[in-house]
Amino acid sequence: MTNPATFDAAVAAALADEPLQRALADVPAGFVAGRRRARAELPGFERLRRTARDVRDHTLAHLDLYLEAFEANATGAGSKVHWASNGEDARRIILDICHNANARIVTKSKSMVSEEIELRGHLENASLDVVETDLGEYLVQIRNERPSHIIAPAIHLRVSDVADAFRVQHPHLPADRDLATPEAMIAEAREVLREKFLTADVGITGANFLVAETGSAIVVTNEGNADLTMSLPKVHIVLTSIDKVVPTFADAWPLLRLLARSATGQALSAYTTIVTGPRRQDDGEGPEACHIVILDNGRTELLASDLRPVLRCIRCGACMNHCPVYCSIGGHAYGSVYPGPIGAVLSPALAGPGATAHLAEASTFCGRCEEVCPVEIPLVSMLRKWRGRDFSRLSADQASRRRRALLRAWAFLAARPRAYRITARLCARVLAALGGSRGRLRRAPFASAWTRYRDLPAPQGRTFQELWARREQLDRTDQP
Amino acid sequence: MDGQAMNEGYARRPRVGLFVTCLVDLMRPSVGFAAARLIEAAGCEVVVPAEQTCCGQPAYNSGDSASARTLALQTMTAFDGLDYVVAPSGSCAAMLKLHYPRLMAGDAEAEARARAFAERVHELSSFLVDVRGMTAVPGSFEGRVTYHDGCSGLRELKVRAQPRRLLSAVPGLELVEMAGTGTCCGFGGLFAVKFPAISDAMVTAKCASAAAVEPDLLLAGDLGCLLNVAGKLSREGSAIRCRHFAEVLAGELDAPPIGAEREGGTP
Repeated sequence: MTNPATFDAAVAAALADEPLQRALADVPAGFVAGRRRARAELPGFERLRRTARDVRDHTLAHLDLYLEAFEANATGAGSKVHWASNGEDARRIILDICHNANARIVTKSKSMVSEEIELRGHLENASLDVVETDLGEYLVQIRNERPSHIIAPAIHLRVSDVADAFRVQHPHLPADRDLATPEAMIAEAREVLREKFLTADVGITGANFLVAETGSAIVVTNEGNADLTMSLPKVHIVLTSIDKVVPTFADAWPLLRLLARSATGQALSAYTTIVTGPRRQDDGEGPEACHIVILDNGRTELLASDLRPVLRCIRCGACMNHCPVYCSIGGHAYGSVYPGPIGAVLSPALAGPGATAHLAEASTFCGRCEEVCPVEIPLVSMLRKWRGRDFSRLSADQASRRRRALLRAWAFLAARPRAYRITARLCARVLAALGGSRGRLRRAPFASAWTRYRDLPAPQGRTFQELWARREQLDRTDQP
Repeated sequence: MDGQAMNEGYARRPRVGLFVTCLVDLMRPSVGFAAARLIEAAGCEVVVPAEQTCCGQPAYNSGDSASARTLALQTMTAFDGLDYVVAPSGSCAAMLKLHYPRLMAGDAEAEARARAFAERVHELSSFLVDVRGMTAVPGSFEGRVTYHDGCSGLRELKVRAQPRRLLSAVPGLELVEMAGTGTCCGFGGLFAVKFPAISDAMVTAKCASAAAVEPDLLLAGDLGCLLNVAGKLSREGSAIRCRHFAEVLAGELDAPPIGAEREGGTP
């Protein structure tokens, strides 16, 4: 959770963090180029975006119907569905399930909903041994950090950071082992995680989609870790949220076709798993019980508001990959679970507007996010709506109050063209005089935020309106 | 020129209201005169309503819809009765064309008025190319030029080919494209002063992209972006100069480039 002051401090730290800056510099060549390629290779990509948007909008318009259908069909398939209205509910439900299973070791695959409710720390406080099995998420866990990206949690780390963390975290392995290459580190992680997979009592996964017609959960990964997390322990818990449901499998396909392409540029993630209930009588393996915990946590309020389109989100991360602000400061600076443009819209709704509405300010409204969003969320309009809510709030920090007063004064003047013209003439003259023959101001006390980093080009000295009026007058006197 | 425009040409020249934008009015009137010259060269009469001030975008994007609505109504009234409204800015044109109707949502009469108004609004290069079919331009320029796409013009109004087509008609001008022409320069209106450090990181990257193609001149269609990029280039001591594309197209090059020293002045 952040406020404007802590955000500014985090931004300054992020901009000065050279390793982070080098890591962020790779985003355009990786994710952005990947998406561009994938889009070019799939004819009808833009049409698919509209289809995907329509699927989401239809589902959201009848969300109660599809959630009830999901519950009925999931129950029929042998799962137990739990409804959690907030994080506390969800944590209690999951802890009860773990206790009833006499669990000691819990494996987890990547789930942003679990980050949202800070599940891992809560389970660890209850003396459970919780292990993240997604490699990036595991790195973030052992470094005691939070994910800095919703699909690439450790995007802020360098290879050497990983080696250092492994040496600290895995003291039972020879100290002089070779950890110079990513391959060596992956082999080590696989070794360590395998033991956890095999001994875990409960496995927790997220869900990318819930299919109402069959009560299934669809889970995608690139590492196959979710499959081991859900199939080896005797209890599988799916932690997800109400916005993940789609009516049928046919509706899930366009979303799946867009998800990996928008995220990494892959046609499909390496693993796409459909899980429908626990082990059946004839199944050779699988968990004995499957619990599906479905979280609300502010989403029904979003559903009823003019911010509803944000619930279309399929968590691909394209908006942050293409965001010049995200690519300048990284995910941690946002201080919210979900960073980037989607995070700036979603986080205040989930955390309460007082805390993070200021994130909506940190955008130039350049619009690249909505240009690439696979479900066409009008992110700029949504950010503008948050600014509107913030603007009409009475309690604000001093800097915003001052800006608001200045803005009102300017708007008052702009609504009085005659007074505005006179003021503009005055400003043009004063600024031009300050610029002198240099044609620019290197320092300006009234615009120090601007001149700290760049010069302020000086105006030409007269306003267009006065010069044009003079020209018109001359034209008239010239005419016979 | 399409058939309708031809017929209008026979009857009378279309009357084009120049929405000069508050930044051009205050900072760089030469852009306004260049725009007027181009519109006249495209066979139109230029009218500059005196009652225009600002389109209201700073208020709109700050969440102050009430002030934005007041300014939108004032602007629409100022341009009543003109055939077209043309702005030398993708950002302001998008405000007038796309956001005025949204701003008036809920008031059927005002919304209908904003929609009708929006029909007549065009960004300058789009007006010259798409509406007037302009192919030849008055200006000429010897040198390498790179073009920065302003975000609103590019993504909201789909202005990309039009300025390039006109620049390719300028004798002597060599257009060299930088990497990431459509990446935001970090201006973002009040963003540049609310988050100066992030804005600086963005404009630094933009200047590096531009410098890599070694242009003499950087052009753009928005004075906001140009003040930001020119201010950064001059702080870095770069030799790259900045102008609005209209100045080059119209051959209005008497004024020093943006943020550059005046003739005879100390460097």
